[in-house]
Amino acid sequence: MAALLPLAFLGLFFAWPVLAILSLGLREGGVLTALFDGETWELVGFTLGQAAASTVVAVLAGLPVAFVLARCRLRGLGVVRAAVMVPFVLPTVVVGLAFRTFWPDGGVLSIVLANAFFNVAVVARTVGGLWAHTDRRAEDAARALGASRPRAFLSVVLPALAPAIGSAAAVVFLFCATSFGVVLVLGGSRYRTLETEIYLRTVELFDLSGAAALSLLQFAAVLAVLVLGALARRRRETALSLRGREELARRPSGGEWYVVFAALAVVVALLTPVVGLITRSLSTRDGWSFAGYAALATRGDRGTLAVTGFDAALNSVRTAFDATLVALVVGVFSAVVLVGLRRSGGRIAEVLDTALMLPLGVSAVTVGFGYLVTMDALPGDFRTSPLLVPLAQALVVTPLIVRMVLPVLRAVDERLRQAAATLGASPLRVWREVDLPLVGRSLAAAAGFGYVVALGEFGATSFLARPDAPTLPVVIARLMSRPGELNSQMAYASCALLMVVTVGCVLLIERLRVPSSGEF
Amino acid sequence: MRRIWAVLAAVALTGCSAGTSTAPQTHEVTLVTHDSFVVKDGLLDEFQKATGITVKQIASGDAGELTNKLVLTKANPIGDVAFGVDSTFASRALAEGVFAEYASPEATKGAQRYQADTSNRLHAVDVGDVCLNIDPAKLGGVEPASYEDLTDPKFKDKLVVENPATSSPGLAFLLGTIAKFGENGWQEYWTKLKANGVKVVSGWEEAYNQDFKADRPIVVSYASSPSAEGGKTKAVLSTCYRQVEYAGVLSKAKNAADAQKVLDFLLGEKFQAQVAEQMYVYPSREGVALPESWAKDAPLPASPQSLPADKVKDNREAWVEQWRKLVQG
Amino acid sequence: MALELESITVRYGQTAAVSDVSLSVGDGEVVALLGPSGCGKSTLLRTIAGLEKPSSGFVRWDSSDLAGVPVHRRGFGLVFQDGQLFPHRSVAGNVAFGLRMHRVDREERDKKVLSLLELVGLEGYADRRVTQLSGGEQQRVALARALAPSPRLLLLDEPLSALDRALREQLAVDLARLLREAQTTALVVTHDHDEAFTLADRVAIMSRGRIVQVGPPAEVWSSPVDVETAKFLGCNKFVPGSFVGLPVGRVGLRATALRVDGAGPLEGTVLERVHRRDHVRLLVEIDGEEYEAVGPMSEIGDHVRLEIDLDGVARIG
Repeated sequence: MAALLPLAFLGLFFAWPVLAILSLGLREGGVLTALFDGETWELVGFTLGQAAASTVVAVLAGLPVAFVLARCRLRGLGVVRAAVMVPFVLPTVVVGLAFRTFWPDGGVLSIVLANAFFNVAVVARTVGGLWAHTDRRAEDAARALGASRPRAFLSVVLPALAPAIGSAAAVVFLFCATSFGVVLVLGGSRYRTLETEIYLRTVELFDLSGAAALSLLQFAAVLAVLVLGALARRRRETALSLRGREELARRPSGGEWYVVFAALAVVVALLTPVVGLITRSLSTRDGWSFAGYAALATRGDRGTLAVTGFDAALNSVRTAFDATLVALVVGVFSAVVLVGLRRSGGRIAEVLDTALMLPLGVSAVTVGFGYLVTMDALPGDFRTSPLLVPLAQALVVTPLIVRMVLPVLRAVDERLRQAAATLGASPLRVWREVDLPLVGRSLAAAAGFGYVVALGEFGATSFLARPDAPTLPVVIARLMSRPGELNSQMAYASCALLMVVTVGCVLLIERLRVPSSGEF
Repeated sequence: MRRIWAVLAAVALTGCSAGTSTAPQTHEVTLVTHDSFVVKDGLLDEFQKATGITVKQIASGDAGELTNKLVLTKANPIGDVAFGVDSTFASRALAEGVFAEYASPEATKGAQRYQADTSNRLHAVDVGDVCLNIDPAKLGGVEPASYEDLTDPKFKDKLVVENPATSSPGLAFLLGTIAKFGENGWQEYWTKLKANGVKVVSGWEEAYNQDFKADRPIVVSYASSPSAEGGKTKAVLSTCYRQVEYAGVLSKAKNAADAQKVLDFLLGEKFQAQVAEQMYVYPSREGVALPESWAKDAPLPASPQSLPADKVKDNREAWVEQWRKLVQG
Repeated sequence: MALELESITVRYGQTAAVSDVSLSVGDGEVVALLGPSGCGKSTLLRTIAGLEKPSSGFVRWDSSDLAGVPVHRRGFGLVFQDGQLFPHRSVAGNVAFGLRMHRVDREERDKKVLSLLELVGLEGYADRRVTQLSGGEQQRVALARALAPSPRLLLLDEPLSALDRALREQLAVDLARLLREAQTTALVVTHDHDEAFTLADRVAIMSRGRIVQVGPPAEVWSSPVDVETAKFLGCNKFVPGSFVGLPVGRVGLRATALRVDGAGPLEGTVLERVHRRDHVRLLVEIDGEEYEAVGPMSEIGDHVRLEIDLDGVARIG
């Protein structure tokens, strides 16, 4: 029964609109022609290839950061935790431009690095979440048995973290496979992916059947990857003995310092484009100036915007809040259902698990146009409702929350819940007394992360946001598309504002402790 | 917390949220536009006071996205009147029957010069020209004056253009070269451009904000862009391609009578007087004064290139494909 | 009868983990479910707790069917083999958990927690983190936690088997005393007959999903129902009753059935000797058959005479 809420949400705001727009394309015919076009398959190859490469880079860069966040007791870790999140919210067009200062002609390498840049946070967060709770004793035991540190890592730690790494990799892969702005800006006109081509065909060429064909391919590719990921995850998410972070975090020693330095290098690399961006927000043709920041209180050069930069920031904060709440409700429900289903029979759980991830693998433009042709059937013509923005954002955030909470939730020994039940706790009470405190930290982290994703979401938001209520990313894109030095400076200043808002929100959310979770 | 319940309740139960009602008796008209639509502060309030009509805006995407939205929702449109379908997409919108016929009394005061066809369904609101922009300071006094000049070795590695597949000024520039050199000559021209080191990027943002500001002092932009740069750049007026932006009342508009008044407003004197300042385009109406800086920095090109809308619609994909093979192959 | 099981069968797909089990536990009685691992005893326990659904049969308490009663309303306490303490709560927090669920007010709760900690011998541990406790301490906390809400039935699933031997014996005695003093009705699952006999008033032997024998420990010990049960209870040699001078069909011999005694009726040759703490185990050949026997620590020659000790003999059937 509880499975109904997530399914209803997905069905109403994802499956229905997407299927509707696809069927429009399919009715036009010509899908087969597109499928048998050699160029189509080149697109598929490049899309998957760059996504895979980006995922590998993001995982490699994210692991040391995850280690430091989860295991080290160091000063200023809170700032690192927040700083890692910053790239995630930056508008792709801005990051694309930042990368182009290093690679003026773009190219595959810059695409891969930029995609990884955005997604290091996913790995650091997801893996760090589980790592922070994983018992250190198994690792210590392996070391005591004579395993070298790398060996102990490979044979003990890595397998224990596998579910989280698998989860993170799946999410990152989906993000990279559907990354739009990065490929557009850095791919110049030479490199195209399914995502950019779907956009082009839908929006510019009105080739709905071609777009449908490509969407189906994207769907199939995403599904294949998800199924592979699910197979890899299967039986990995076993009961680990979860521990509080405070017990596990300690000052790094010996070789661990190399990992700390590697993490530091990653963080510095992540912050380089950020610093470049701030520099640009301050420099003009005539020297340094705060004009861009001053302009945040205005509506841009000659009223480019319908609201001021600060209003947009407020609107961003509010919309992301709604989106995160919806996603938390749906995501936590889904995770609980998934844990329960797995207990009673794996098939449905796996299907639901995979279905929940699909929104990450579908073009925002497909969903957006899908809304146009379906949402008028909801009472009150939902197509133009301001509520559609947080709901669409929640669609992207929910899978992330599920992916972050699920591994930890599954790692909770079922018998702990049973013990609580025999002591008189009703199922809801068991959730509150056992699951919530044990996954509390992960849940808070997931909420913070989801919030940041919602803050930075551009694709669906730009399609759905109303002109009098734009979010910061929408405002930035708009300012960038206008001539005039002030507009471009204000765009960079808005990026800085977005980063400040992000870091502020992350720090705030991290402060919130889930009730009764204590120091766990 | 209350907000979340509002959201969930709206989804689960009624879906009724405040402000989505479109009943005609409220005198509310929904104006659907692309995201570059800007109107001067106070003007819509003034209109509301004069007519009792509240204009609600829905704005997103570019002209292409807007046109596609209108086509997909033509049976149950998301608004009553639309602005922003341009000459590249006009044929399609007309062929799909998105717009209703309405002979606006304001449409004969200059707008008729740019009309897409004679059916009175789309009316020109503004015109904008895509032209090469140059940064004279960086060119050191040697300035290109025509399309042909760009193939001169003097300007080797100086030009950046947008990909016509992903950018509307990029497409306009390509169409301009096709209009200029003919369907048989444009490919040869582009071959020469390529030999002379033309750089292709995917969007105006990168071309203008990055390359043009760095080491590519010739860029494809708008005739009006120099007005935003305080006279530091200028447009090459012999390399312009004209784009017209249209407005029309939607066929299934719920509030067609009021929508017609909004269309009259878009073509009327007050609105036309501020399009240059607000949207960097030239008014379609005759006798509307341009801002002072425009006369100096951004005069309207006298004889821009253009192609018939039908021809663009029929050949666009093939041309872009040929261009892609030629320039990037 | 407090707890009554009638024809319980629990299936996982095709295989039946528990088949047609009927058993009753009286008020204040401690019954041990004894059997080798995989015999279905834990499944049966979990079924009683409400954690598994029987595919047929009834679980009744004071004659009322528990089929529709969820786990948390059954009022049964459960102690797992490895404690399963809540890692995010202190010792006191764990013990108080059930009391909180039953809305016992704070003052009473605190008092009860302290007295329970005293009962299990953990005075002064209230504020400790459970992750810092030894295995034995954890198990005591688990027991205190389960006892705290005064369950009408206590279910113990191999409560001592995760502990080392010395601790296990010590804790078994403590537990037995505790259960008697509190007059707790309890069902203990174990594979260790020492544990079962120390704790239980009655023992139910389980084998392959069925209960094969129920009775007081002494009876089960001296008269196992069949050879398999006898083997499980330590018999390693089966001979006709006449061998030990009994007028019954077959008997099982444990190692202690034959003792070295100069006046004994049997004569044998020693094949092997193993020295134990206070005795010697021997492998002896009598009339061409090998038998186990025990002898004193003193020097034992290769030829010995053996006495029969009926305490080490089990009558089959």
